[in-house]
Amino acid sequence: MTAPNLIVTASPHLKDRDTTPRIMWTVAASLVPVVLSSAFFFGISAILVILAAMLGALLTERALAKPGTLQDGSAMITGLLLGLSLPPGIPLWMAALGGVFGIGFGKVIWGGLGQNAFNPALIGRAFLQTAFPVAITTWPTPGGDFFALKGDLFAFPFMHPVSDVVTSATPLGLFKFEQKLTSVVDLVLGTTGGSVGETSALVILICGAYLAWKGYLNWRSPVSILLTVFVASQLLHWFNGKYPDGLFMVFSGGLMLGAVYMATDMVTVPTTNKGRWVFGVCTGLIVVIIRVFGGLPEGVMYAILIMNAFTPFINRATQPVVFGTRTLKEAK
Amino acid sequence: MISNLAWIFFSTLLINNFTLAMFLGLCPFFGVTSKVDTGWRLGVANTFVLVIVSVSAWALNTYVLTNAPYLRTIAFIVVIASMVQIVEMIIKKSLPTLFRELGIYLPLITTNCAILGLALFQTTRKYSLLEGIFFAFGAGLGLTLALSLMASIRERMDLADVPVVAKRMGLVMVIASCLSMAFMGFAGMGSG
Repeated sequence: MTAPNLIVTASPHLKDRDTTPRIMWTVAASLVPVVLSSAFFFGISAILVILAAMLGALLTERALAKPGTLQDGSAMITGLLLGLSLPPGIPLWMAALGGVFGIGFGKVIWGGLGQNAFNPALIGRAFLQTAFPVAITTWPTPGGDFFALKGDLFAFPFMHPVSDVVTSATPLGLFKFEQKLTSVVDLVLGTTGGSVGETSALVILICGAYLAWKGYLNWRSPVSILLTVFVASQLLHWFNGKYPDGLFMVFSGGLMLGAVYMATDMVTVPTTNKGRWVFGVCTGLIVVIIRVFGGLPEGVMYAILIMNAFTPFINRATQPVVFGTRTLKEAK
Repeated sequence: MISNLAWIFFSTLLINNFTLAMFLGLCPFFGVTSKVDTGWRLGVANTFVLVIVSVSAWALNTYVLTNAPYLRTIAFIVVIASMVQIVEMIIKKSLPTLFRELGIYLPLITTNCAILGLALFQTTRKYSLLEGIFFAFGAGLGLTLALSLMASIRERMDLADVPVVAKRMGLVMVIASCLSMAFMGFAGMGSG
């Protein structure tokens, strides 16, 4: 006797070609130009840092998560984004440790993909920022020989660095500590110091636009973040000329990468469109506050993490009413 | 004057948040944050008590303990505990609605480390009465913020398929560390 040819599943019964692995792999593919551009600016070091972060993330997912979750590609995206958010001269073991922490404490312990409240890549980076504040703020100068290492990439844990690195401050650091502005053209093209992936704003914008066109990225949060940062910092600039202008703020630092790839994570940002606007505006405001008044030159990571924490509240506040009722109370 | 008060308020609320940056008041942070509603009420009750504490600590420092600073800790504990009990009785009698809102939490948080912490900080920083009240409001609202955020995330995690090692308190510790790392972004603010 053969089993009846029936498939019993719970609703929804809509079928679509988009699956989790498909979306993840498309996002990963859209990051290839970003990786290539960072390899162009920072040489082999950028590739090595990204690979180390991915290795840490993938091995942790393989070791700790339920079997079969490795194939959905989400751990790879986490590793990739973490690698892109690190400086190109960071020792590789630190990058890998960031991947381990991001996946282990940012995702697996929460119950896996879809359950975590905070972006795993940013948790990994925040951990590294707390644990190794010097290594993560040492910014090598872009350019130079492709195969020249940009720092103590192969340093061992608990060893003092041996080689000297040519470093240069990031545009935001330059502004914060030396009151020097970098030209916007340099920022857009990416010929400035900074993290592996926060070099060329233009490339990230194009990749993000492609994802938005495919429908894998909700354009509301990045657009509202960038607009808020622009408007708020431009207002501050008019109020007092010592604050940087809007264009500089939008194109400098990790804002592009954060807004396009991290504030659009489907798990950790609000689910409603209205909520995405709220999320974006608040993130933008926190970015401006930390950058202009804070002790750190860059605050995109912290802004997104803080708003990740507020996401359950935003979801609750912007919950749409049930069809046929006017208020939430009426539906109950 | 006003900017000083505003600075005390906001720095205690966000930058030196009692729970997320200074790790005070962790018992309610872990213990009673399984529902947003209870977390929120505890926060409000805590704010209320902190303001009472601030005023009584100021009065003790100015009028009673001027020549006996070594009695500070024990005096604070005794006076604060009895003050809160008296206020609870007054509220129970005169404002029964508010009493029901605050419920059991009012006497419960008297022994909270954030309470004594506030009194001691206020003493070492030599705050005036008004500064102390703003300090207490900032600390209380900061605690409310931390409790509500923690509770909202824990409610979201109710249905999550958490690994066995992280069931119950394990995950709460992880959430607390993530929240704390997120709020480190405000560290050093105002120093530049």
